[in-house]
Amino acid sequence: MLELAAQQGVSVAGKGLEGSPLAIRGLTVSYGQKPAVFSVDMTVQSGAMTAIIGPNGAGKSTLLKAALGIVTPLSGQVSVFGEPLEKQRARIAYVPQRASVDWDFPTRVIDVVLMGLSRELGLLGRVRARHMACAMDCLHRVGMRDFADRQIGQLSGGQQQRVFLARALAQDADLYLLDEPFAGVDAATEKAIIAVLKSLKEAGKTVVVVHHDLATVTDYFDHVFLINTRKVAEGTVAEAFTAETLQSAYGGRLATAQIDQISRALG
Amino acid sequence: MSGEEFVPLSLTPLLIGTFAAIACALPGNFLVLRKQALIGDAISHVVLPGIVVAFLVTGAISTWPMMLGAAGASVMAVVLIEAVRRLGQIEAGAAMGVVFTTMFAAGVLLLEQTDTSTVHLDVEHALYGNLESLIWLDATGWSSVLDPVALAGLPPELSRIALTLLGVSLFVWLFWRPLKISTFDEGFARTIGIRTGVLGMALVITAAIAAVAAFDAVGSIIVIAMFICPPAAARMMTNRLETQIAWSVAFAILSAVFGYVLAGYGPLWLGAADAVSAAGMIATISGLILAFAALWGPCRTRAGAPGTA
Repeated sequence: MLELAAQQGVSVAGKGLEGSPLAIRGLTVSYGQKPAVFSVDMTVQSGAMTAIIGPNGAGKSTLLKAALGIVTPLSGQVSVFGEPLEKQRARIAYVPQRASVDWDFPTRVIDVVLMGLSRELGLLGRVRARHMACAMDCLHRVGMRDFADRQIGQLSGGQQQRVFLARALAQDADLYLLDEPFAGVDAATEKAIIAVLKSLKEAGKTVVVVHHDLATVTDYFDHVFLINTRKVAEGTVAEAFTAETLQSAYGGRLATAQIDQISRALG
Repeated sequence: MSGEEFVPLSLTPLLIGTFAAIACALPGNFLVLRKQALIGDAISHVVLPGIVVAFLVTGAISTWPMMLGAAGASVMAVVLIEAVRRLGQIEAGAAMGVVFTTMFAAGVLLLEQTDTSTVHLDVEHALYGNLESLIWLDATGWSSVLDPVALAGLPPELSRIALTLLGVSLFVWLFWRPLKISTFDEGFARTIGIRTGVLGMALVITAAIAAVAAFDAVGSIIVIAMFICPPAAARMMTNRLETQIAWSVAFAILSAVFGYVLAGYGPLWLGAADAVSAAGMIATISGLILAFAALWGPCRTRAGAPGTA
């Protein structure tokens, strides 16, 4: 039955996954000989905050990029809110890794946030007062209102990350996908970002974060997706974030002491 | 200089030089930011096989087939560069290096292996063009600008480069927003539905068309200089892309006008007998502008490398 559905190009969402903001089936991505992501299934819970966790080079970012069509997978299907990605792009906001862009690009903070409104603005639509007000409000939500006129290169790493988050907020999406938003940011920024993400969750939005800090998983997230090229575990933090699943995802790369620490944190 | 002298002898070369400079500088802004600015250099080499093939097919040295050949070769090179870059997952500069040396070598081989001894491929002409020779003999003074009979005698290069400039400007104006977003953040651009591959290709093809039209009129040295110098100098004058474009156009005009005038009269002022190549002087002026911007431009320091922030 599933095979038939796949052949006909019907998304698997028809099989009881209708509500899932992001459902991935059999996703394989390769940059060369070795697959970066191999035959991964993922079903993101609506209205939850999910962390994608795994060791370096485990395919976390690649999974996200393939789900968004930024890299082309070898095989697999992606459905967003039960439909093909192209039909639901307006409901997705993506925050790339901060290091993936050149921050010397000649543009101001406010211009970056306005990029989040480009679907609404179209090719030649003028930026009007209400667009400006919306962008300023998004900057306010991440505590960057006073920096609107700064050139983006003049910001600290944490401030840059907040500007990226403000751009995603301007998209007013239902599904937010963030790639390592806490990498290399200061404590104040981490606090600000997690507060915004939690407010999104409270507003019924779905948040998926590629995350690397195992110590904060239980505090920040309610669902976990563990990956090491293949899927290792998926579920609530209690189900999927255990000493066993971590051991299996990280293998020898995680010191026993770290696992003990996490086990203690889990109670 | 009176209108009787200026209009027939200097007006058209000045306009052609200025239009060519702007047509290359406009897409150059994006190419510099995308670290693809060497595409101008690449295109100046890859047109050779196109021109040779056009000659072999038509058997004559005529403008249109040669321009079509050059344009065809440029588009082919652009597609090949993109293919090598994406399939080999290597940096754009390396892909350009591989493609343009190969195609240039193929052009030389083709030239040597076929009976093209009758073709006179003049290196100096190819490099510096012949801007000074694009004069308007039918003009008698400023009144000729409104005289249809005299206008019919305008050098054809003028209308070609004017049309090209119009096309390039339209492209940049129409696709301003997607060009800016995808140049800054390609991944994000794709998630909001911008077809970055197609757009990037359209940008380099636009640049290639501008380059070929400009070669025909003014030679390759202006093309290579104008893709890089005005946009790079403009980047150091401002931190906003909108303003950068305006500066780059201003620098392109400044280079073309000052370069032309200095080439014609500079040596005379210094007591020498002959004028120097206008194209060479225009490129030199643009290089000087870049040097001044690099030394004293207000926005020349790199502030935002993620590692240093």
